[in-house]
Amino acid sequence: MPRRRWLPYLLILPSVVFFALFFVNPLVQAILLAVQDGGAWTLDRFRQMGLDLYFPEAVRNTLALTAVVVPVQLVLALGLGLLLGALPRGGRDAFLYIWTIPLGVSDLAAGIAWLAIFTERGYLNSVLGALGLMEVPRLWLGYHDPVSLFVAVALAEVWRATAIVLVILVSGLQIIPRELGEAAEVFGASPWQRLRRVTLPLLRPSIQTALMLRTVLAFEVFAVVQTLAGRNLPVLASEAYTWYGSFRNPGVAASYGLVILGLSAATTLLYLQLLKVRPEARPS
Amino acid sequence: MVSLVSALAVAALAVPALAGAGGSQPLIFLSTQLRPIEEAQKMRDTVLRGYVGAVEFIPVEPVPFVDRVLAEQRAGRFSIGVLGGVHGDFPALAEAGALDSLDDVLAALRSRGFPESFLKLGRLGTDHQRYIPWMQATYIMVANRQALPYLPDGASLSSLTYDQLRQWGQNLYEATGRRLLGFPAGPTGLMHRFFQGYLYPSYTASVVTEFRSAQAEAMWEAFRQLWAYVNPQSTSYAFMQEPLLAGEVWVAWDHTARLIDALRQRPDDFVAFPAPVGPAGRGFMPVLAGLAIPKGAPDRAAAVSLIDYLTRPETQVTLLQEIGGFFPVVEASLGSSLPAGVRMAAEAVSAQAASPEAVPSLLPVGLGTLDGEFNRVYLDTFTRIVLRNQPVRPVLDQQAEALRRIMQQSGAPCWPPDQPSDGACPVQ
Repeated sequence: MPRRRWLPYLLILPSVVFFALFFVNPLVQAILLAVQDGGAWTLDRFRQMGLDLYFPEAVRNTLALTAVVVPVQLVLALGLGLLLGALPRGGRDAFLYIWTIPLGVSDLAAGIAWLAIFTERGYLNSVLGALGLMEVPRLWLGYHDPVSLFVAVALAEVWRATAIVLVILVSGLQIIPRELGEAAEVFGASPWQRLRRVTLPLLRPSIQTALMLRTVLAFEVFAVVQTLAGRNLPVLASEAYTWYGSFRNPGVAASYGLVILGLSAATTLLYLQLLKVRPEARPS
Repeated sequence: MVSLVSALAVAALAVPALAGAGGSQPLIFLSTQLRPIEEAQKMRDTVLRGYVGAVEFIPVEPVPFVDRVLAEQRAGRFSIGVLGGVHGDFPALAEAGALDSLDDVLAALRSRGFPESFLKLGRLGTDHQRYIPWMQATYIMVANRQALPYLPDGASLSSLTYDQLRQWGQNLYEATGRRLLGFPAGPTGLMHRFFQGYLYPSYTASVVTEFRSAQAEAMWEAFRQLWAYVNPQSTSYAFMQEPLLAGEVWVAWDHTARLIDALRQRPDDFVAFPAPVGPAGRGFMPVLAGLAIPKGAPDRAAAVSLIDYLTRPETQVTLLQEIGGFFPVVEASLGSSLPAGVRMAAEAVSAQAASPEAVPSLLPVGLGTLDGEFNRVYLDTFTRIVLRNQPVRPVLDQQAEALRRIMQQSGAPCWPPDQPSDGACPVQ
């Protein structure tokens, strides 16, 4: 029936309109903010950003945080997911709920909770002090010790955002047919071989999704870093915020935004390329 | 995540706007001041209680404050009646033509006795009154009494020098193994005002002109040495009352409103005293908050009557008693019912302003939207010299270039303590 031909377009129209209005439109405005000054085209904003004291550090910290946090989360989530699969149903649900609690906590609240742990008079120092392991409280979040600062932020990020990877991987694990693993077992495959040859290849679409989502979110990391480290650990999103809020310069802030956008787009393409999923392996 | 934060901000803005949309509308009083929840509650429950009309007091952060007013101007739909903010919150609005002239309001309130210097600041470099002075504050020092035995020989709190402050920090460090001085150098702290209003004027009697002078070089060298005894967590501190109350620092400099909780809660444990003295005198910066009316405000008469109410001597004294970090801008007798902590702060404030070697330093005037970039020059200089240990001379020379560019772009003439200039304030 020819009438049907336009129906799919009609059905996606609302989401297209929504997308154009609330995503494409602000995106175009952000680009214009960055490359225009009073109507004239300019690259001054980018120059200003590139020459800023904090720009190289912000790029380095954002990339380093992503490079450390995302792989740790993937391995952790995979381990937790496989453990869940080995549990009986009731236990599995209970653990899944508990492990996904951080998903329901806002990142600002998570940052504050971790701040209460790491600050000079925080829980960590109190416990260490009470155990007699420490005489003078140690400063975990000072600018003078970038390593402990970085580790603290990375820990908080791992805690906060592993659950989203876990949820994606668990749903992926559940649609892998049990028979394949059992068949491999019959042919004498060890658990490690089964994981490498059966589970991981079939889990690839989920891993791809999880990696893309987590990496893009990691480039935008903001509230946790802002609460724990402030400007001691500048990242791209917090610099955008500082330039907009404290220095009242939307142009440079938008330039920072575009750097995040560029990084996100590039890594998404990279993941699509590296983790190419064969059509028959896609979940239908 | 940024989008989450901004979505929350938008939601926070939208709710009061909707609430004000129907029926008899309360006057909306948008303020960047008195933001902590207890202060906002005191404002609603006690200070504004005596006002006849219905007022909705909405404290917001400075960024959404400016954005919301400008958005209303652009959209041509107005809900805000009165704006309350510190001096630095207003230039961006005045530049966009968003502030109504208050010449008529001032004419009616002349007899309140506002200081002329405050009224001049309130004109924001234009020919008309853009805001009416509301309350004033300044920055002082607070110390834990435990620190007093370690004061260097011959030093007294009322005439402490920067060298003695360093020595004090060193004595504390040697006695406790901890770095117990503190500064609000976090992202939302007011550290830039320390450089602009305290350190530079105390060493160079200038903020802009002598930025890269020999005295400034010596000053940064000295401050770098002092910083060795400053708690490294200072670069995340916003309000020094918190680390003071937690015992993380024993001696701190900050805005009175950001210290007052420590003084109010434990007046017996803390002392307030004036800022230190440097080779060129005791630099200090008065802070002025003002009340403005946005152009197109829905009920201007009500807005004017609220400004009248808030600048009455008795309202100003109530505000000081209840909240405490801000002091009256009109002639008012303080009475004897002030809480001990507030009295201590008030005494330190007046001792600081009245001392013979005082070098009052005003807030930057005429920088417009470059205000933020101006602060950035001082903060970046600090970061490079003190935190990253870069050599002083080249950093000062490079930052002086940035400062010169800002002054020329804005064309702002010098303000005290710098000598008056023809045209843009020069950087020597």
